[in-house]
Amino acid sequence: MTATALKKEAPSFKEPTITPQLAAEHGIKPDEYQHMLKILGRDPTFTELGIFSVMWSEHCSYKSSRLHLKKLPTSAPWVIQGPGENAGVIDIGDGQAAVFKMESHNHPSYIEPYQGAATGVGGIMRDVFTMGARPIANMNALRFGAPDHPKTRQLVNGVVAGIAGYGNCMGVPTVGGETNFHARYNGNILVNAMTVGVVEQDKIYYSRGAGIGQPIVYVGSKTGRDGIHGATMSSAEFDDESDAKRPTVQVGDPFVEKLLLEACLELMQSDAIICIQDMGAAGLTSSGVEIAAKGEIGVELDLDMVPQREPNMTPYEIMLSESQERMLMIVQPGKEDMARKIFEKWDLDFAVIGKTTADKRLRLNMYGKCWCDIPVPPLVDESPVYDRPQKARAKPAPLPALALDKDIIGSFKKLMACPDLSSKRWIWEQYDSLVRGDTISSPGIQQTQAHKPADAAVVRLSDKKALAMTCDVTPRYCYADPYEGGKQAVAETWRNLTATGALPLAITDNLNFGNPEKPEIMWEFVTCLQGMAEACVTLEYPIISGNVSLYNETNGQGILPTPAIGGVGLIDHGNVSAGFGFTQEGESIILIGATKGHLGQSLYLREIMGREDGPPPPVDLAAEKRHGDFVRSLIQGGYIKACHDVADGGLLVTVAEMAMAARIGAELNVSGDASFWFGEDQGRYVVTTTQPDKLLELAEKAGIPAQILGLTGGSALRIPENQGINVSEIIGIHEQWLPAFMEGRA
Amino acid sequence: MQISLIVFPGTNREQDMAQAFKKLTGKTPQFVWHKDTELGKPDLIVLPGGFSYGDYLRCGAMAAHSPVMKEVIALAKKGTRVMGICNGFQVLVETELLPGALLRNRSLKFICKQVHLKAATNSNSFMSHFKKDQVIQVPIAHGEGNFFADAATIKQLEDQDRIAFRYCDENGAVNDAANPNGSLGNIAGILSESKTILGMMPHPENATQGHQGNLTGLPLFESIIGAMN
Repeated sequence: MTATALKKEAPSFKEPTITPQLAAEHGIKPDEYQHMLKILGRDPTFTELGIFSVMWSEHCSYKSSRLHLKKLPTSAPWVIQGPGENAGVIDIGDGQAAVFKMESHNHPSYIEPYQGAATGVGGIMRDVFTMGARPIANMNALRFGAPDHPKTRQLVNGVVAGIAGYGNCMGVPTVGGETNFHARYNGNILVNAMTVGVVEQDKIYYSRGAGIGQPIVYVGSKTGRDGIHGATMSSAEFDDESDAKRPTVQVGDPFVEKLLLEACLELMQSDAIICIQDMGAAGLTSSGVEIAAKGEIGVELDLDMVPQREPNMTPYEIMLSESQERMLMIVQPGKEDMARKIFEKWDLDFAVIGKTTADKRLRLNMYGKCWCDIPVPPLVDESPVYDRPQKARAKPAPLPALALDKDIIGSFKKLMACPDLSSKRWIWEQYDSLVRGDTISSPGIQQTQAHKPADAAVVRLSDKKALAMTCDVTPRYCYADPYEGGKQAVAETWRNLTATGALPLAITDNLNFGNPEKPEIMWEFVTCLQGMAEACVTLEYPIISGNVSLYNETNGQGILPTPAIGGVGLIDHGNVSAGFGFTQEGESIILIGATKGHLGQSLYLREIMGREDGPPPPVDLAAEKRHGDFVRSLIQGGYIKACHDVADGGLLVTVAEMAMAARIGAELNVSGDASFWFGEDQGRYVVTTTQPDKLLELAEKAGIPAQILGLTGGSALRIPENQGINVSEIIGIHEQWLPAFMEGRA
Repeated sequence: MQISLIVFPGTNREQDMAQAFKKLTGKTPQFVWHKDTELGKPDLIVLPGGFSYGDYLRCGAMAAHSPVMKEVIALAKKGTRVMGICNGFQVLVETELLPGALLRNRSLKFICKQVHLKAATNSNSFMSHFKKDQVIQVPIAHGEGNFFADAATIKQLEDQDRIAFRYCDENGAVNDAANPNGSLGNIAGILSESKTILGMMPHPENATQGHQGNLTGLPLFESIIGAMN
């Protein structure tokens, strides 16, 4: 259907009368509605009401979080672009930059798991290549409800297939992530997707920079009626009727996105694009407003020219559609035809749909009529900001004295089989982690994808250089003590990057919380941020991009506070990275860091003793930095054969993972009770070396606690008092749960 | 020596393939866009992995009818060597340059993992640098790699020594436990009757670089390049 044909067929539709009731149905609060009337100086049109409702939704305006996000540390000499653009950018030397961000697609993934997860992955990749970067790796952080919840299995199935379906087709390797199960996610799963891209520093594109009188170009897929009001849905709690919201979930087409990626990167090699913004949440509305606001200009669109998938669409529907795989860009006047040729080569729609203006207004014309005329500065600058009340929970009481089971290996077996620690092979084998041929380390303890399992994924950039990346957070720590939990989430990513030998550079955050209108949730949010900020400052590890997902509640029950952190580090010394598998028999196994046997909030406590109490392990950030810098120098100096941080499940689980990766056993000759073997004290690494004396000497000089645990070798993992287990048996236990669960056998 | 690598919209393992050839020849192969109809005189045509045309309709079905494939089919029938990996194998089957069909994996899921392959023959120009029955380790990454053909076709493939690779365990045993996708007879790759066309699902190109931690895919590329010199 041609644009002129569309113009002739002005459909007869009647827009509803605007009432405070209709505004309320759009999620606009009474005082917000009054402010909107003041900005316009008249009643809004239906299209304008829709635009205000999405721009002022929690999802787009960050109205509950903005005040607090401002306090986060976001700068460092190597930060090229902090929060506020499509993704953050850091300098990685040699004129190159890494571009990355993590984003949630929680609400849609619960309603329609395949498409929800797929479009989440599509959206975050678009954020990265909008900036001119080629995506080189994807990761994801997933939280599902309790395994025995009736929906969990189907949600795992759909989400994983959706992530695989989109990422695999795009040819971007999915190199890592994390998956947990907890009853607090029964009604609200979390799907957080992260993309890392690489770009030459002189080819970075931004959404800012548009001038006056420049053509506005629409490229990509056609606009349909899918996803209308997705942003508003993501800004509300769920109830039992939420399944009825399925039509607000977008539908993805990874093939079109692959074409869009290649076409955009091809055009970006020229100087035709002045600025560019992808159409994500709130589609054409937010991308148009973003470009106008950042350029301090106006935007006038001729909606008849927008490529449309369905006939008789209204301006309201076109502006609020969240159809995927679309971009808006401002092109140098006179370069339209050159740009058009590139998109035609890739069989994509290309349409000039308007121009930039001097009057700072968003004006929308269609069917020969103006449907919207909003002043942009107040729409953006006067969007609501709330300093919502907070109410602290009491700090958790210390654990009482516990009678610990002396059967260490028996407890160990139960831990290795529990849902959170068991192998996630069923998930990651569905992800192509090797495409592009540059994956050095990817998921999995056994060498079934990339050959070198490591604490973070490692992707090669050249023979000299690689990027390490990881996603982490421990929600049970964040719930028990949001401040310590926030610190720990940041510190764990830093530790995982360090354990590969990388220098951690920056993070992206995906802040998933419940309903911010509840003072206790708001307190969780603000307090987690305080902990994160402190860790970022001490570790010199700024936040360069992120996303906030609030209202993760169903029928009044919120999720555990889950500030997922995605960290990126640089390995630039000839790709000397460490994996965590033992490399040979007879290596000394050394524990770096202090062990006090902290069991509060540990997996041992939950899985073996059936309780989820006590304070989480505190993170001593100064010690964290000392230990990490020491370990990194050992890796770079070639003293270390393998390195693994001590995390969920504690020391014995860590050593077991190193053994499983190599199918080599270990003889540990230090004694301790369950708190020694399973405590989750922070800031620790297990390393192996063939130069133990040298390593201990270096540790002593640096004032770092270091302790020899034993030697690698044999086919079993052994601890004193004749306790042991064959590595092959550990592997069997570890691989058992998830496939059995997915087949309905567990 | 001219190596032409065909790029369809949705192809995504062209870089991996180029990396493998470049390691041995020092040169990046020529990329040919699917809308081109003039191929020149390549010594080898490579159809790399990916999701050509989104794998909509059926894997490889639309690529098989793209403009460039008419030329590829014509050259292949005249004896130009053609190698199709993963989606490229699916395209070769759809064009009927190779027999059989590639069905959905029996798990009904996409699978990416390291597998072992046994070189079932070495008497063709793609495999002369392997020892017969040599076991190599390479990754697979596909959702539809479950090779199927009727009994007569399988017998013909076997009689004519046209089975290139079979899935096996690390010791070379060809058994059901080592079959990742349900392929008949654990067949991972086959040859044309002329032995000038190879199709296989696994990715030997992802086992050719030091940073990949495994070089056992290299003999395949050494064989082809050797044959062309």
